[in-house]
Amino acid sequence: MNIKHSFLDAFVAAILATIVFGPIMGIVLDGYSFNLDVPRVAIIVGIIFVGRFVFQLTISTQGGRDFFQQFEKGRAGSIEVTDPGIKTVLAKAIPFIMLAAAILPFFIGKYWITILILAYIYILLGLGLNIVVGLAGLLDLGFVAFYAIGAYGLALGSEYLGIGFWIALPMSAILAASFGAILGFPVLRMHGDYLAIVTLGFGEIIRLVLNNWSAFTHGPNGASAPPATLFNLEFKRTAAEGYTPFHEFFNIDYNSTHRYIFIYLLVLIAVAFALRLKHRLVKMPIGRAWEALRENEIACRSLGMNHVTIKLSAFMMGAAIAGVAGVFFAAKDGFVNPASFSFIESALILAIVVLGGLGSTVGVVIAALLVILIPEVMREFSEYRYLVFGLLMVIMMIIRPRGLITIKRDRKFSTKGEGAVVETKQGEGAA
Amino acid sequence: MDSLAIILQQLVNGLTLGSVYGLIAIGYTMVYGIIGMINFAHGDLYMVSAYLTAIFLALLSFFGIDSLPVVLFLTLLGTMAITGVYGWVIERVAYRPLRNSTRLAPLISAIGISFVLQEYVRINQGSNDQGIPALLFGAVRVPVGNDFFQITYSQILIIVVSLLGMGLLTYVIQKTELGRQCRATQMDRKMSGILGIHTDRIISTVFVIGAAMGAVAGVLVTLNYGSFNFSSGFIIGIKAFTAAVLGGIGSLPGAMLGGIVLGMAESLFSGLVNTDYKDVFAFGLLVTVMIFKPSGLLGKPAVEKV
Amino acid sequence: MSKNILTIDKLSMRFGGILALDNVSFEVEKGSITALIGPNGAGKTTVFNCITGFYKATSGALTLHTRQEPTSINKVLGQPFQLDDIFKPRQLASRIFYKMFGGTHRVNMAGLARTFQNIQLFNDLTVIENLQIAQHNTVNKSLFAGVFNTKAFKESEQASIDRAYELLEVFNLTADANRLAGEMSYGQQRRLEIARAICTNPEMIALDEPAAGLNPNETEALAKMIQMLRTEFKMTVMLIEHDMGMVMKVSDFIIVLDHGEVIAKGTPDEILNNPKVIAAYLGVDDDEVAA
Repeated sequence: MNIKHSFLDAFVAAILATIVFGPIMGIVLDGYSFNLDVPRVAIIVGIIFVGRFVFQLTISTQGGRDFFQQFEKGRAGSIEVTDPGIKTVLAKAIPFIMLAAAILPFFIGKYWITILILAYIYILLGLGLNIVVGLAGLLDLGFVAFYAIGAYGLALGSEYLGIGFWIALPMSAILAASFGAILGFPVLRMHGDYLAIVTLGFGEIIRLVLNNWSAFTHGPNGASAPPATLFNLEFKRTAAEGYTPFHEFFNIDYNSTHRYIFIYLLVLIAVAFALRLKHRLVKMPIGRAWEALRENEIACRSLGMNHVTIKLSAFMMGAAIAGVAGVFFAAKDGFVNPASFSFIESALILAIVVLGGLGSTVGVVIAALLVILIPEVMREFSEYRYLVFGLLMVIMMIIRPRGLITIKRDRKFSTKGEGAVVETKQGEGAA
Repeated sequence: MDSLAIILQQLVNGLTLGSVYGLIAIGYTMVYGIIGMINFAHGDLYMVSAYLTAIFLALLSFFGIDSLPVVLFLTLLGTMAITGVYGWVIERVAYRPLRNSTRLAPLISAIGISFVLQEYVRINQGSNDQGIPALLFGAVRVPVGNDFFQITYSQILIIVVSLLGMGLLTYVIQKTELGRQCRATQMDRKMSGILGIHTDRIISTVFVIGAAMGAVAGVLVTLNYGSFNFSSGFIIGIKAFTAAVLGGIGSLPGAMLGGIVLGMAESLFSGLVNTDYKDVFAFGLLVTVMIFKPSGLLGKPAVEKV
Repeated sequence: MSKNILTIDKLSMRFGGILALDNVSFEVEKGSITALIGPNGAGKTTVFNCITGFYKATSGALTLHTRQEPTSINKVLGQPFQLDDIFKPRQLASRIFYKMFGGTHRVNMAGLARTFQNIQLFNDLTVIENLQIAQHNTVNKSLFAGVFNTKAFKESEQASIDRAYELLEVFNLTADANRLAGEMSYGQQRRLEIARAICTNPEMIALDEPAAGLNPNETEALAKMIQMLRTEFKMTVMLIEHDMGMVMKVSDFIIVLDHGEVIAKGTPDEILNNPKVIAAYLGVDDDEVAA
């Protein structure tokens, strides 16, 4: 224990904290004048002083160092090679979870259904971005652009081309993927970090065009989008020409909740499909190629893999999923406007992927649910949510940049059974 | 209006805007040059410095100091110092622990910091636009034919201070021991470490310099435009990054040149073509430059080490 | 059909102001083991990076004679447009195609694989996965087949695993098949990198300092493996190596590089007695050599 050193260190930290937090927290601008708020500065400086002091004291002891060393280890290795086909508890529970999710909307109100639809849309977005960032290691900061393309694909498609939800769904996916290809093809051959900034610029361009091209997109006023239909049955009190309302066809009373339940179920199916896709992709050559590119691009090129087209496939697949999510978003609200597609949305989706653990499917699902539901449950939290997400992103990167969950890789055996026999000998040593 | 006068007026505005982009671009280009990372939070430091400017002006007026040169000097110095500390602390807390981490980690951490800075300012200072009283009035009018274009005194201040700042920084980097160490660390961090350069300290210094230069831009822009809010660092940040790429990322003169080229191009575009799409134009330029000349105007093409 | 598998004609490579390679010309005979030697900084790895497509040569023609046809390495990497392209639409189309889809990978696809001086493995993937990735161009990549896990897909995957095991057997790595590549020993990683290069079915393999960091026993084993590459896998081998004992033992032909220029070519015996080579290695003044 070195109390003097720890104290000095904490003192320096406190001074820095005073400089950093003092003006912005302590002197609140009020017109051209200001109001002093000294207590909150004192509190935060106090917290930092005590925190730093305790931290320094802890790491000056052996036990403390060991404690923090755990995190170092977590950073290094969190990959495990396991036998294929072993179903985890979670894998066994998936059908039940899906079933429970499917009957859930019949027991909750319209308000919560819309919240859950939004959460599922974010799961879709998270899974899409996870393919791009988590698997292929490409940082896409303009992901929301593809989401916007999907949403406007439905709204403007129905306005100008008269297409409905079911046509818009694949069309928007293709449209978003095409935009992804046009943007990605030249950009993906460059240094990785540039992609982040180019996609960021692209995201803003799309939003600004949607905002400013009033003649086509109706600008900031937004455009209306048609709701989803079930085999030409509309979820409206009175249907348009040539359509039958859902409630008349089934001879039940009109209930505006039906429409939301329907979209809820559609989004749930989409989520299930996306989960399956992600599950399979990592076991397929293309998913392996993405991971390989993330690990070592030079090696990939030396093995005859075209890094541009392989990255592009990840980029396009992510874009297509975002496009689909956008269609659901537009159909849910019946209305889209450019304000829904600002950079903060891209950052929020990225936060979901990062907090869920890059590459982890379960993590993304949980993170998306938490990110959308917590501010709903705890109203007072919503004021601070972006602050907390930002802090968590930094902390996650420092503690566990590869995500919270241990990555599992399958053991593979030859037809002759090689690999399995040796495993018993090697198993403990390798782990 | 005479079209020549319009063009000249836009060029003056562009030069002003470009000087600001150049100042902010320094932070991007130096950090990228030395540790190869895009410091996403840099634009938000500029935003913080705008708040600090207003806070300093309010404080000074509270203490009854109203001599304009003294007010400007103290505000500039104080804002640079505090923003510099921000730069140092952010590097120390959020980036240094990630030096040997995965490639994406620092980038994601920087985005996290960008969130944190914006929200921290919003929560503490409110989400409304803030402003400062106008301090510099008047302009120089230059007649052109039947018409004229004008340079306001605050525009002159921006251009002069930017050029002075750039000149001083270039001197420091080219002629001093610290500058030599910075250049050495940029070329080969490992080797510099072996030769006894305290590379961590140099990296910190670069962050402080970048933040302080961003603060100069923050003070100048705030004096000129007077209003800002918690998200004003975002767009100007991307544009300054565009300027850095345009000039050749990693190159100090490139940052300034890129800034001025971008500022002028943007002003001319918004004056002669369309104001609504000026940001689209700037981002479009960014994408185009990255595709066709990723090494920029003054940058060296990178050779991949195999 | 040429008896040479690789011809290099007047290859020059310039980095900024530095001329790293100056008019380097040589041929590699099909089925031979050719060594590229020279003092540190002579430009050996630069030659490798040019022939395997990691660098675009500043000038010079590099041609591979594999898969029953000549392949211009310059062409597949993508060349700048020329004025006469306007009149030759076919040439223009091919240029555009290689600008868009060309690149380093085309050299490997043409049949030239390589390893690296600093081992480049996928450290966080298993050994088997490393070898499966190398078979990317031959496995079933259909999205549909993969997502629905069809029979054809399963067979293709299993075939790639079996192929991987065959090679692991050859390189004595079967016991490590399901370990992470990054946690193996240095010598094992070197062997895995060679095995992985072979997975791409090349006709020629370029090994960049394969014996670096190996102990004498491992080097001995490596020499046998290199000879086996020729006898068992019918490959042409080209290697950069500093271990002269091994170079003299395994190679049929040696090219000596110094200061970016070829200073000698010949059989091991010829090289051993060449005064220029001795001078380059022992550091005699240039004019003394001339005399």
